[in-house]
Amino acid sequence: MSLDQPEPIFLGGTVGKSVAKPDNLEKVQGRAEYIADLYRPGMLHGAILASPHAHARIRGYDLSEAMQAPGVVAIITGDDVGEGRMGAFIKDEHAIAKGKVLYVGEPVAAVAARTEEEARHACRLIKVDYEELPAVLSPEDGLAEDAPILHEQLADYIKVFDAGAEGNLCSRTELSEGDVDAAWAECDVIVEDEYTTQPQAHVSMEPCGALAEVDPNGRVTLWSANQSVFRVQANVCESLGLPMSKLRSMTPRVGAGFGNKMEPHIQPITVALAMKAKRPVKLILTREEDFEMVRARHPFRVRMKTGAKSDGTLVARECEVLVDCGAFADDSPGVMGYSLLMCGGPYRIPHMKASGKLVYTNKLRFGAFRGFGNPQVLFAGEQQIDQIGEKLGLDPFAIRRKNMLREGDQWFVGPRIGSNGLGRCLDAVERASKGSRADGSPRNFGLSVTAHISGLLGTGAIVKMLEDGTISLNTGATDIGQGSDTVLAQICAEELKLPFDTVAVASPDTDGSPYNWGTTASRVTYTTGRAVKAAAKKVVDQAMNHAAEMLECDVDDLELREGGRIGQRGSNSDVTFAQISGRAHWAVGGPLVGSETLVFDEPTHDPKRAIALGLPFPRIGVFSFAALGVDVDVDDTSGQVTVHEAWSAADVGRAINPRLVEVQLHGGFVQGLGYALYEEMVWDGARLANPSLMDYKVPTARDVPDAIHTYIIEDPDPTGPFGAKGAGEIGLNAAPGAIANAVAKATGARHVHLPLTGERVLAGMLDPGGPQD
Amino acid sequence: MTKVTMNVNGRSRSGEVEGRTLLVQFLRETLSMTGTHVGCDTSQCGACVVHVDGQAVKSCTMLALEADGAEVTTIEGMTNADGSLGVIQQAFQDYHGLQCGFCTPGMVMSAKALLAENPKPSEEEIREYLEGNICRCTGYHNIVKAIMAASGQQVEPVAAE
Repeated sequence: MSLDQPEPIFLGGTVGKSVAKPDNLEKVQGRAEYIADLYRPGMLHGAILASPHAHARIRGYDLSEAMQAPGVVAIITGDDVGEGRMGAFIKDEHAIAKGKVLYVGEPVAAVAARTEEEARHACRLIKVDYEELPAVLSPEDGLAEDAPILHEQLADYIKVFDAGAEGNLCSRTELSEGDVDAAWAECDVIVEDEYTTQPQAHVSMEPCGALAEVDPNGRVTLWSANQSVFRVQANVCESLGLPMSKLRSMTPRVGAGFGNKMEPHIQPITVALAMKAKRPVKLILTREEDFEMVRARHPFRVRMKTGAKSDGTLVARECEVLVDCGAFADDSPGVMGYSLLMCGGPYRIPHMKASGKLVYTNKLRFGAFRGFGNPQVLFAGEQQIDQIGEKLGLDPFAIRRKNMLREGDQWFVGPRIGSNGLGRCLDAVERASKGSRADGSPRNFGLSVTAHISGLLGTGAIVKMLEDGTISLNTGATDIGQGSDTVLAQICAEELKLPFDTVAVASPDTDGSPYNWGTTASRVTYTTGRAVKAAAKKVVDQAMNHAAEMLECDVDDLELREGGRIGQRGSNSDVTFAQISGRAHWAVGGPLVGSETLVFDEPTHDPKRAIALGLPFPRIGVFSFAALGVDVDVDDTSGQVTVHEAWSAADVGRAINPRLVEVQLHGGFVQGLGYALYEEMVWDGARLANPSLMDYKVPTARDVPDAIHTYIIEDPDPTGPFGAKGAGEIGLNAAPGAIANAVAKATGARHVHLPLTGERVLAGMLDPGGPQD
Repeated sequence: MTKVTMNVNGRSRSGEVEGRTLLVQFLRETLSMTGTHVGCDTSQCGACVVHVDGQAVKSCTMLALEADGAEVTTIEGMTNADGSLGVIQQAFQDYHGLQCGFCTPGMVMSAKALLAENPKPSEEEIREYLEGNICRCTGYHNIVKAIMAASGQQVEPVAAE
């Protein structure tokens, strides 16, 4: 935070304060318990046999030798899991491969044994009889007329979201506003290109894992690394045919997620093993398995065309995407639809058309990853904004300011925008980055702006006042390390005018917590925060009624005072929360509990202004905004790009905890830097060639600049808790676009393929207009 | 199975191990000291760093047998005798050098080794030393600040309290 930046607003209580996360204390001592650290009496260890084939029919299994191996208690295969299928959008996925395998690395069988070594050893003794089938390794191949079909029963699957699924086409989305085809004639400048982006691995430092046990009544208790205990419950129960009341899902500390742990990984397999073994089973993936089995960011092919008038006013944009879904739908229809919703960027563009196809391929599932399709289209769109500016002599700030959405505007296809601090984000970045470097040399500056939603789906909160007047808060939202337990406790404490440390946050548990869709889509602070604030308000109201009776006065004459007291205005007399809660527990009315549930319910689509087919999120959220500037160095012999300095400004409505917002901006930027410059999952035929941290490069401390400046802009959203909006993804989105713009400034070459490796950048320097690969 | 004995955080600890048992497995599974984490299988991530005879070691690259008779220090040994946080732990807490916390034990152990070698490292030296410790949450910014602060050097304050 620079000194010329207004300090975040501090309300007098705990909101706006950088309260330290209470969980940090156990984490710096190595005392936090993650899934791999949990043990249960009689616990067995699980291991998975992965498919060696991209596409094959399973003719049968020979488990005889494996069952005889030392320590083995149970083995499961597709024969053990019934016909149930799971999936957030299309229910296309069994708990474990059944009938066919659809990617190299797909779990085919799993063993529970006394030790992990014994379980792994037994896996190698399982014989599977495969009939190999031709594989689909790209979306283009998947759409070919004679393409092998991955999901032969696609027509029969349950579809929560049905958008043209047929053959290998998983979904299609078409959005349009205005008249794009006619609008090109009004344009004085048009830029058009085709871009590709690569798959990125999440690499949460904690690999995925689960531990399940079954009680004598057949009820399952499941702990797992997750972003939603409720999605875990739904996925396990759907895939194993269990009533949801028969499964209790909980969470230990989670070693980050970034989208990887939102939908299922190996929880259904772990539960199936525990049910068969009739003993607790723990299954922890290796890093290699985590790369090969779970999910990754979608590779996109993007064709984008943008037109403007000679004064720089944007007129039209067309965007067409082709998206690799991988073997299962997972969150992919949502990612593609969201990318198209966001493809115009935070600009007024009267004529817009966006369309996309999502295609099943024989690769691991692609799914949710911080940014959710936004970084892919921004890489294209934000370069085109710069290119138009260059042609018209408008600098990157000027062309963006001229065209940016204003408060009161609607987003593409119609959602209400709410508060919009984008102009102030641009001001902060421009002010801080202008001029030259400290040593006087010129900057290679690149800029990108972005917006991201927060909202989406069901959430709840239960606030209980304990006998002594302290508070228990239960939301069911998994804190994956980002600090939502802290932020939600701050919101609760602020509403009750209590010190932060009087609020205890319950660990998510499907038995005791209200429903929470998940820690995803930058939603917990905004959506769950709204429920927390409303539930806390109900407790205040109940306490007020008690106080009115206790002080023998009218409720309207009472005020809530700092530190858990309610008193009569203009008088010193008051009663404490402890006195009120004691009365409620033992004498009058019953214990004080406030609960609230809600679902974000404002429509995405305004049918008066846009046509929307295959829109995955009919009620989506409010918008956060950000601007990112970077200054890069390019090595003129290797082409290697390093980021010298970065300026990241985000309008998060209200920073409930400024330090936690800053860290989202730091961490998001660095994850985006890796994505922009070198992170890439590479397939050698059907097999992932680099499923290890030896061969898959993530940024280390040496690869990132000392100077990542962050600026918190607060334009409070009227619907957000104390004005807050989401902050989780927006710091990553703009990184590839900003870095590509800076590389173009430094080298004179535009790039259409991510990542911007040394080889590609060097080729661009040698032949700026030449072909790219 | 072979018996090994080592001094872990000042206490003599023994256990039966196989020839292939890694030091990290011995610590986590035999001694139930789960503060040392496993984040990869190729010795890149650094979540498992401990000290063996004063040297920072990735405990996934060393056999338990090789540590027989050694002095081993883990994250559980980093708090002061009275239970208060050690200087580096306190700095990670004060400067918010962590989010999910999975990499933190390794980061703290590497930082301890760095400061033993180089009591006043520059920011660049810290970044170079931490190359073998991956953090996916923080972007390293506050980790570097925390280590600067732990070494008694001036650090810009983080966001307003």
